[in-house]
Amino acid sequence: MAAQNLQNLDMAMYNRRRVLNRAVMVLAWAAALSGIAVLAFILLTLLVRGVGGINLAVFTQTTPPPGSAGGLLNAIFGSVVMTMLGTVIGTPIGILAGTYMAEYGRASWLSTVVRFINDILLSAPSIVIGLFVYEVMVVTMGHFSAWAGGAALALLVLPVVVRTTEDMLLLVPDGLREAASSLGSPRWLVISKVCYRAARAGMLTGVLLAVARVTGETAPLLFTALNNQFMSTDMNAPMANLPVVIFQFALSPYPEWQKLAWTGALLITLTVLILNIVARTLSTSKTK
Amino acid sequence: MNQVASVASYSSTNVSSSALRRHTLWDAVLRNATRTAAITVLLLLSGVIITLIDGSWLAFKTFGFGFLTTEKWNPVTEKFGALAPIYGTVVTSIIAMVIGIPISIGIAIFITELCPRALKRPISTAIELLAGIPSIIYGIWGLFVLAPFLQLHVQPLIISTFEGVPFLGSLFAGPPYGIGVFTAGIILSIMVLPYITSVTRDVFETVPPTLKESAYALGCTTWEVVNKIVLPFTRTGVIGGIMLGLGRALGETMAVTFVIGNAHRISGSLLAPGTTISATIANEFTEAESALYSSSLVALGLLLFVITFIVLACARLMLYRLQQKAGR
Repeated sequence: MAAQNLQNLDMAMYNRRRVLNRAVMVLAWAAALSGIAVLAFILLTLLVRGVGGINLAVFTQTTPPPGSAGGLLNAIFGSVVMTMLGTVIGTPIGILAGTYMAEYGRASWLSTVVRFINDILLSAPSIVIGLFVYEVMVVTMGHFSAWAGGAALALLVLPVVVRTTEDMLLLVPDGLREAASSLGSPRWLVISKVCYRAARAGMLTGVLLAVARVTGETAPLLFTALNNQFMSTDMNAPMANLPVVIFQFALSPYPEWQKLAWTGALLITLTVLILNIVARTLSTSKTK
Repeated sequence: MNQVASVASYSSTNVSSSALRRHTLWDAVLRNATRTAAITVLLLLSGVIITLIDGSWLAFKTFGFGFLTTEKWNPVTEKFGALAPIYGTVVTSIIAMVIGIPISIGIAIFITELCPRALKRPISTAIELLAGIPSIIYGIWGLFVLAPFLQLHVQPLIISTFEGVPFLGSLFAGPPYGIGVFTAGIILSIMVLPYITSVTRDVFETVPPTLKESAYALGCTTWEVVNKIVLPFTRTGVIGGIMLGLGRALGETMAVTFVIGNAHRISGSLLAPGTTISATIANEFTEAESALYSSSLVALGLLLFVITFIVLACARLMLYRLQQKAGR
């Protein structure tokens, strides 16, 4: 009788554990599927709404006044110019800072503090960076400019590059450094000829990820580069850029503008995804 | 460093002294250049803080502590208070966390425990690609796809379900606008998914297999292994990941600006339009003509920076602690 009871009890408990386990695992499946589904849904919407607007005019005409057709030439041009400016300024400083942390001051207080600060900057709200550049550059110069936009993007490139450079240099085995040093190479040659070469793929990945990150950044450009309805190559003047144009056009009541906003959104997303995928393949193919 | 220098000087018998001098010079150049760059990163952060304090000085001097506790935001009479944006930021982030945390942890459990090996990489990559999508894309998608969907199908259902229920009834009071605090929270929950998921998955994988296998050998179910072994072992890391996601949610600008409705008021209903700190700055900064107006917006920026700084600093400290534990 007692044994019977015990067995019943065991079965009840076993079933309860099994059902609970099953339920949680189904939920985990559902969570993963919903994550993928959202990604697919967003991409699909972008394709459906954006692909119809892609034609030659998008790349050859400038942003139109309300109610007429046009393209995104000035916005694409501005985005490319300012992203390049940001990358060109941010990358060298980032690589140098990362080199210091991985090669010279691995355990020094400066590296510890910079690592911490850099990790904070990595996820700090980009709009705050925009405010900073506004106060420092736009107010001082007295007007919005492409220089300020590029500087804001450089501040967003910097922490990504610092982080990946340090990580990748730390992956280089110390044996390589010691071997080079024992052959009599001075430190600067060890770093530039041995460490940088060994970590090259990873560091390039970092730069690509940084470019991907700033390609779609809108908030820091809102009050640094502002926007420009016309084609402008003057770095001292406001410059159009894709994200801000998308922002302005999407919230407008004009169907032509909204359509261009979707097309721009598709272009940005494709660029970012391609950069991400290239960066990933680069890092995995080289580490193998 | 000294070792290298001594090695170099040792071999100098064979090397011409000009070559040695050149190497010493380059060594000094690279060393100082890298250190300067590292210090630049520090200066930038202090620069950001000093600039924001300087810019917001006027607002704090004019309104004092009341700036944080006043709801009124009137550019015409120049009376500014930050309570409504603060409220919106906090509430949207809470919604994002309530929805985002369980789903993120679910995905992490799926990837580490359930997923067929062949699917592991593609699914991880897909989730991480979500993190790469620019926030403005989430914004335009939220405004044109998610908001109308919620307005037509989800919000009427929520409103009718909770109607008459105390507390919840007023929390979900109609009409269904589509855009509003609730929609912003949902968009944010999608956006924080990849951050929390990737950290959680990484720390889940630091659990020694022996520990999990021992529990399985005792007859534990997968859930019991996750709940009793993996989660306690990785608690600090998971909380660190959540804080990281929270930092993102608090500071997210464009996606929220699109869908929150930009209304400077605190409404009892989650379905009503509101505003957040970042959305207010994004919407109004270029229109702020007077010094006091723009100073108030910079003060909002300072507030946001301080809040996210604290949250992110806690997240990083927790993750560092876990790294040290794993390294030992």
